[in-house]
Amino acid sequence: MLPSNSKVLAQKVKKCLLTLAHHHNASHVGGALSIADVLSVLYSRILKYDTSHPKWEERDRLLYSKGHACTALYAVLKEVGFYTDAALQTFTQNGSLFTSHVNHKVAGVELSTGSLGHALSVACGMALAGKRKKTDWHVYTIVSDGELNEGSNWEAILFAPHHELNNMTLIVDFNKIQSFGTIKEVLDLDPLKDKFNSFGWDTIEIDGHNHSEIYEALRKDTIHGSKPRVVIAHTVKGKGVDFMENQLAWHYKSPNKEQLESAIGQINQQK
Amino acid sequence: MRTAFIKQLVEAAKTNNKIFLLVGDLGYSVVELFAQQFPDRFLNVGIAEQNMTGIAVGLAMEGYNVFTYSIGNFPTLRCMEQIRYDMCYHNANVKVVAVGGGYAYGALGTSHHTTEELGMLRTIPNLNVLAPADPLEAQIITKMLCNNNEPSYLRLGKAGEPMVHSKDKTFSWGNIIEVFQGKGTAVLSTGSMLKYASDYIQKEKKEYGLYSVPFIKPLNLVDLATIASKYTSIITIEEHQRSGGFGSAILEGLHDLLEQEKIATLPKIKRLAIPDRFIGVAGTQDYLRKIAGLQL
Ligand SMILES: Cc1ncc(C[n+]2csc(CCOP(=O)(O)OP(=O)(O)O)c2C)c(N)n1
Repeated sequence: MLPSNSKVLAQKVKKCLLTLAHHHNASHVGGALSIADVLSVLYSRILKYDTSHPKWEERDRLLYSKGHACTALYAVLKEVGFYTDAALQTFTQNGSLFTSHVNHKVAGVELSTGSLGHALSVACGMALAGKRKKTDWHVYTIVSDGELNEGSNWEAILFAPHHELNNMTLIVDFNKIQSFGTIKEVLDLDPLKDKFNSFGWDTIEIDGHNHSEIYEALRKDTIHGSKPRVVIAHTVKGKGVDFMENQLAWHYKSPNKEQLESAIGQINQQK
Repeated sequence: MRTAFIKQLVEAAKTNNKIFLLVGDLGYSVVELFAQQFPDRFLNVGIAEQNMTGIAVGLAMEGYNVFTYSIGNFPTLRCMEQIRYDMCYHNANVKVVAVGGGYAYGALGTSHHTTEELGMLRTIPNLNVLAPADPLEAQIITKMLCNNNEPSYLRLGKAGEPMVHSKDKTFSWGNIIEVFQGKGTAVLSTGSMLKYASDYIQKEKKEYGLYSVPFIKPLNLVDLATIASKYTSIITIEEHQRSGGFGSAILEGLHDLLEQEKIATLPKIKRLAIPDRFIGVAGTQDYLRKIAGLQL
């Protein structure tokens, strides 16, 4: 059953990922919060999937390249019913498939990631297969901004328009911070929109926390022409929790009990 | 180990202005010590390890002794061709440093399990392959790397590993390091398995001898011959796949010694290593070692 309200889903996802990070002392909560809204819109209003048949042929494919921010993906997959909360609570424990970089052995996860800069090439291969086999499904890929430092991504960015892969959408979680500094300090991406345009992509820029903008940008029925589509989602690392927003430290830290309570309180206020 | 490494690198950089540190967008709360004191010889190149390796070679060609620093598979497997062709064929003075060797980052999953790189790197000519066992070995070897010009790979663990050796232990380049002598069986350990091996042998009151082998390549065949003539059986232990890694190096070395008639017989050899599979689950380092069968 599809959750109809992306905002309700987003609130659940954020609370779930914060709680996971707290209980299991996990990192990368900032980058999980920055993408939680996009994931919630995808799983409530965009993607075709069947939680009782994760490998259903007709499903849309979602590749999550920023595998370090796994808590957001694991949380949304749980909230829509791919597995139980009890299963998810084994996260990072001995023997658990819920490793703290995304693991394809978990139901609903297409590709194991965590080494940055891999998924977009795989997405190109899937989209190419979709073209050759004339299928209807769509391939979505989420990359982080820092990840665009990797040359492998730019090889795929060249490839997709050349092969007219208009059955794929790339989403850039542009939260402006990477691991050891801001994007501006480490390796500037601007002007990112112009770069994608000049590589032959259909480029859309949105507020990555505004659900109607996310929805409009990711719909499949608005794709015309032969270009692949990229959605540059301007986001805030740590979105929704005042002491986490735009703080590099929250790439690493996990919230203690008081911080968790405060964070959940703040998320509860957001409608 | 990573703390011992960075401290020693900072020490060396104070008097050696050729030392240059490149990081692949990590090192938060580790490399600041270096970055702040030597901003002219530090750069975060971004999340771009292949580019980082090439840049390191360029800097080395202009006279620097360059250390590249990232996690496990990223500065190694990701960059195999840059390492082989740019760095090793040109004999460039680059030191590839990986943190999180073996299952040190256990819960992080397969992307962060660093369990194939020794075998892959060991096949490359001109490259030294080094896996220290504790902070002392890491510190001494880092010092050596600051003073030589040879392409090298340094596998480190994480932070906070216990010391196995006493503080005043010394060794020279290439040595197989004796931890204690024994009878019948010698355990040869590389990297941070040493602590486990040492604890096990003492707790179980085994008569095994124990040796640490941080220099996987070049492997010291003279030291190996001495050990082989003292013991009838050898157990190797490593946090790495079974094929191509440390145990394989010992097997090859011993067989070469036999063929060259430097030893009269082969000891019985047992290799403890990961049995050619991915451990696709989370867990502590100890847990993952156990399910991979790295048990004496
Ligand atoms: C190939 C590779 N290099 C380095 C890392 C270590 N690492 C993990 S997250 C990260 C960067 C995080 O910044 P960003 O990519 O912008 O992600 P976000 O801000 O969305 O969390 C790095 C360098 C990695 N996982 N993979």
